[in-house]
Amino acid sequence: MLYREVGQYKTTYEADHAIFPLLQDRIGIAVILAIAFLFVPFTASDFVVNSMLIPILIFALAAIGLNLLTGYAGLISLGTGGFMGVGAYGCYKLATAFPQVNILVPILLSGFFSAAVGVVFGLPSLRIKGFYLAVATLASQFFLSWCFVRVPWLVNYNVSGAIEVPTRTFFGIPITGPNATATTRYLVVLAVVVAMTWLASNLVHGRIGRMWMAVRDMDIAAELIGIRLYRTKLLAFAVSSFYAGVAGAMLVFLWLGASEADSFDINASFLVLFMVIIGGLGSLLGSYLGSVLILGLPIVLRTLPGSLGVPLNSATVEHLQFMIVGALIILFLIVEPNGLARLWQIGKQKLRVWPFPY
Amino acid sequence: MRAPSSEVLAGQVLLSVENVSLSFGGVKAIRDVSFDIRKGEIRAIIGPNGAGKTSLLNVINGFYQPQEGRITFRGETREKMRPYAAARGGIARTFQNVALFKGMSALDNIMTGRSLKMNRGFVWQLLRHGPALAEEVEHRRRVEEIIDFLEINAIRRVQVGRLPYGLQKRVELGRALAMEPDLLLLDEPMAGMNLEEKEDMSRFVLDVNNHYGTTIALIEHDMGVVMDLSNRVLVLDYGRKIADGTPDEVKADRNVIDAYLGVAH
Repeated sequence: MLYREVGQYKTTYEADHAIFPLLQDRIGIAVILAIAFLFVPFTASDFVVNSMLIPILIFALAAIGLNLLTGYAGLISLGTGGFMGVGAYGCYKLATAFPQVNILVPILLSGFFSAAVGVVFGLPSLRIKGFYLAVATLASQFFLSWCFVRVPWLVNYNVSGAIEVPTRTFFGIPITGPNATATTRYLVVLAVVVAMTWLASNLVHGRIGRMWMAVRDMDIAAELIGIRLYRTKLLAFAVSSFYAGVAGAMLVFLWLGASEADSFDINASFLVLFMVIIGGLGSLLGSYLGSVLILGLPIVLRTLPGSLGVPLNSATVEHLQFMIVGALIILFLIVEPNGLARLWQIGKQKLRVWPFPY
Repeated sequence: MRAPSSEVLAGQVLLSVENVSLSFGGVKAIRDVSFDIRKGEIRAIIGPNGAGKTSLLNVINGFYQPQEGRITFRGETREKMRPYAAARGGIARTFQNVALFKGMSALDNIMTGRSLKMNRGFVWQLLRHGPALAEEVEHRRRVEEIIDFLEINAIRRVQVGRLPYGLQKRVELGRALAMEPDLLLLDEPMAGMNLEEKEDMSRFVLDVNNHYGTTIALIEHDMGVVMDLSNRVLVLDYGRKIADGTPDEVKADRNVIDAYLGVAH
C-alpha cells in the first residue's frame, strides 16, 4: 500500500525521464546503500564478509558485464571466464610492473586489456548469432585458458604457475595481500561494484542501451534506422569484457589472494551465464539476484544443518546442497522463465494495486 | 479523389531510380525498372503479389544491392545505396510485417528512431548528466510531439510486443517519423486493418505529408486507399514496370487491368 505513484506528478520531462521516477524506489536504493556502506562493515563477521558478500558482489559485477552483452545486446557469450582471466592476469602484470601505483589503478586498467581481447573475439558476432556465436566464444574460452596455463610470462615465470597477490596499500591501509582485513577488501569491492553498476545503469537507459536492445530485438530494422551493427555489437563486447575483466582482477586481488588458471575455466563462464539467466536477462537487478542465488544459497544450505543442530556429516550436507540448489534452479525457471527480476517486477505491480487483485 | 497539385507535378525530383535490376540467383525480382519520386508527393507502388514492390523499397534504402542501375537521391547518384547512408540522408521506412523492437516500450522504440540525431558520445552516456541528460530530454520532447500526433499517449510505457496489431503499426510509423525523414517508405501500412483503422492511418499519412512536407512512397493493396491518397501510381508486375501515372491514367491502363484481372486466353 505504501508503494504507489499516487500524488507524484511529473511536470518536466527531466523528472519523468529519470531512471527511478518513483520516490519509494529512490528511498529504497538509499537505504540499501546506507546499510551496505555504514552498517555491514561494523556488524558482519569475517566469515560472512569473506565467503558471501565479497564473492557475491564480484560475481554480480561479472554478471552485469555478461548481461550487457547477452541480455541487452542479445549476443550469447560463453567466454566470460576467459575475459575475467585476462583482467586478473593483466592486473597482475601491471601491479608487479608498477608497484608504487595505487592498486585501484591496475584493477580498473586491467578492464581495458579485457575489453581489447573481447573486441577481437567479438568480431565473429558480425556474421553469426545465437548458438553459433556461443560456440565461437567458447573457442575463445579454451584459447584463453590455454594461454593462462602455457604462457609463464603472464605469472612472471613463477614456478607455481599461479598469481600470488602482493600486498598493496591504499593511503597506508593494506587492501590486497595477506595483511588486508576482510572489511577493507569488502569496502573497496563494494565501492567499485556500486560505481560500475551506476555507470551501467546510465548506459542502458540512454541512447547506447536503446541501440543495443534494438540490435537484440530486430537487427534489420535497427540497421535501416541508421544504427551501425558492427560498431554497436563490438561496443557491447568491449563494455561487457571490461566489466568481466575488472571482476576477474578483483576476484584474485581482493578475494582469493592467489589464483591458478582453473579459476577462469569454462566453469566460471557457465556460472556467470547461469546467474544472468536465473536473475533475468536484460536486468541489472537480476544480475545481483542471480549472483545471490547461485553463490549465497549453497552457503546457507551448507551451514543450515549445523546451526539447527541436525547431525549430518559434511559429505551428506554437500550432496544435499547440490541436489537442493539444482532443484531450486529448475523450480525458479519453471515458475518464472524470465528470471528473478521479473518476479520482483510482478511483486511490485501487485503491491501497487494492493489490496485489489488488479 | 485527390487531385495531383500542379506544384507536385512540376516539382523537383527527390529520388530517381534508373534501369535497376535485382536478382537472387536465378530469380529476377526487379527487371530494368526506372521511376522517380518528386518532392512532396505521395507515390503509390502497386502490383500483384510477388511483383517486386518490397524489393524495390529495399533497394531504395540500401537493404538490397541491385546488380544493375543507378539511384539518384537528392542530386547524388550512386550504384547502390547503403542502409546507413540512406538513414543519414533522410530515408525512413516501415515494414510489411511489423519490425518493432518487441522487448522495448513504445516510447523507447520511438526514441531509438532518433539515435542518429543524438551526438553525445560514450563518456557522456556513462555519466547521463549535464549535456547528455539535456540532449536526452530534448529528444524526449520531440518524441512526445510525435506521440501526441499519433494519439498513442496512453500506451507510451507499454512493451510493444503486447500491443494490438493496429497500434503496433502506429508505433512503427512513429519510429519512422522520429527520424524526421525527407522520404518515408511505407510498406503496406494498412495491411490487416479494419475500415476504421484504415481511415485513421490514411489520415496520419495525409497529415504527415501536409504538415511535415514529407515525401511518401507507399505500397498498398487497398485500391480505394491508393486512389484516394496518391498523386502518382507506379504499377509493377513480375518485376517489370507496366504503368506509371496519375491514379486515373493507371486505372484506365489496359496492362494494369490485365495484370490484376488476368487475360482471356
